[in-house]
Amino acid sequence: MKVSKEEILHIANLAQLELKEEEIEKYQTNLQEILNFANIVNNAPVEGLDITIGANEAKNVFRKDEVKIFENIEGLLENAPTQEQHMFKIPKVIN
Amino acid sequence: MDITELTVHELLGKLKSKELTIKEINEAYAKRIEEKEKDVDAFVTVLTEQALEQAERVPEDAGELAGIPIGIKDNICTKGIKTTCSSRMLENFVSPYDATVMEKINSKGMITLGKMNMDEFAMGGSTEYSYFKKTKNPWDLNRVPGGSSGGSAAAVAANMVPWALGTDTGGSIRQPASLCGVVGLKPTYGLVSRYGVVAFASSLDQVGTFTKDVEDCAILLNVIAGKDERDSTSVDVGEKDYTKALQKDVKGLKIGVPKEFYGEGINPEVKKSLEQAIEKYKEMGAEVEEFSLDIANYALATYYIIACAEASSNLGRFDGIRYTYRAPEAKNLKEIYKKSRSEGFGAEVKRRIILGTYVLSSGYYDAYYKKAQQVRTLVMNEFNKAFEKYDVIITPTSPTVAFKIGEKSNNPMEMYLADICTVSVNIAGLPGISIPCGVDSQGLPIGMQIIGNKFEEEKILKTAYAFEQEINFREKYKPQFKK
Repeated sequence: MKVSKEEILHIANLAQLELKEEEIEKYQTNLQEILNFANIVNNAPVEGLDITIGANEAKNVFRKDEVKIFENIEGLLENAPTQEQHMFKIPKVIN
Repeated sequence: MDITELTVHELLGKLKSKELTIKEINEAYAKRIEEKEKDVDAFVTVLTEQALEQAERVPEDAGELAGIPIGIKDNICTKGIKTTCSSRMLENFVSPYDATVMEKINSKGMITLGKMNMDEFAMGGSTEYSYFKKTKNPWDLNRVPGGSSGGSAAAVAANMVPWALGTDTGGSIRQPASLCGVVGLKPTYGLVSRYGVVAFASSLDQVGTFTKDVEDCAILLNVIAGKDERDSTSVDVGEKDYTKALQKDVKGLKIGVPKEFYGEGINPEVKKSLEQAIEKYKEMGAEVEEFSLDIANYALATYYIIACAEASSNLGRFDGIRYTYRAPEAKNLKEIYKKSRSEGFGAEVKRRIILGTYVLSSGYYDAYYKKAQQVRTLVMNEFNKAFEKYDVIITPTSPTVAFKIGEKSNNPMEMYLADICTVSVNIAGLPGISIPCGVDSQGLPIGMQIIGNKFEEEKILKTAYAFEQEINFREKYKPQFKK
């Protein structure tokens, strides 16, 4: 499949990435190369095989719905670039 | 006696006989790091000062491993200590909690000597994609140590730490272990908790060990293995003592040799060294048989589709809000997301996020992601068939010895091919160990990969141990720090 410039821009937008002009061309070439190789999955003898989503048997793992207190709230908040009154601070979202 | 030359089990012996103290051991490592780190660049964060303080305070009755130092790959969360993933995005991130494996390490009283360099977010095979520095291979400082756990591998090879933890998503423990001439184990998916390990591809990631020899590998695996409530994919296999598996007798052991792993793209010297190793196993009484396992190329393609798809989702959390890096000029929320991610992530990480987003996007999902998941079933089926006949499978770990710095870093596809021998093991969730089996004509180490069936770590440890005792690699070859 051929990857167009528009597609790269669309994908970058979905991934919340902003690409510089020279990056667009570079990633377009890279993606094309990798996909050309990855296309061999379409030749694999997988007719009738189920999909596998994990390394081990897929089963539900339930736990009790109990509240556990995380003590180190300061430690969590300290990693945020800006914080105020025990909350993450971000620019205004609604005008 | 050079303390830093010793394995951990040798250190334990000397501690017991009072020939050495914990303080002397930690001082020796601190000194060694001071001498060698400027050449090797294996650490993101050096913690020798804290380590020496901690070494003063180890109680007499604290347990066998108390006071033994260790290096930790920088994507494993360490409370109160930076965990950067070698990324600008997390340059100042200090984890508010310990990963489960760190709780286990700390509960034994072990001492963290530092956080080890890696490819950014564990994406790469050379440790050249670290935001901070390029780690060098102690055997030849112009060459890469492999990756992504290159800092852990190089530090063990250079005797800057006695052992280290790494993570392996597609070969990130085994390949650098191979290129640095040390022992690297990727356990079965689910044997070790991933809680507190910064996620790259959750269905493939696994924490494992770097050690000087196979006995140390078993000792460290004893420490980190175990079911964890906080990682629902971890599995309870009961209490095991992996050191019990260390036996020299491989008579009657059935070894499968998949011929496709010795074909095109495998360096002739690597191939020859592996063939000699296999001959050695025959001499030792193992039953060796060649068979066909024609999955390497499918597995590699599948790996890059699945790993990147999962990465594009896992790395969505780095949004400029919670995890340290925020683009200074961003004015609104949308700009915070886009600019912080574009500036915080390096080129390889962005490349993989783009590939992952592409294969998951509507229109391509069926052709790539779904197909890759079917191929994953195929790979598992093929391994299952093989393990009906064989106890272990032996392949090269890496198609080449350590390559030169800069040789592949501008060609993503070439770098990806370095993982051709290792990725299928992660796709199938199997355990794999890499041990040195010889050197090439330039004196660079060659690694042998021993693959086992799920949760059969004992078998691969035994297979590795018997060979190691026979060839004594560490006695014959040592890193030369060639400039």
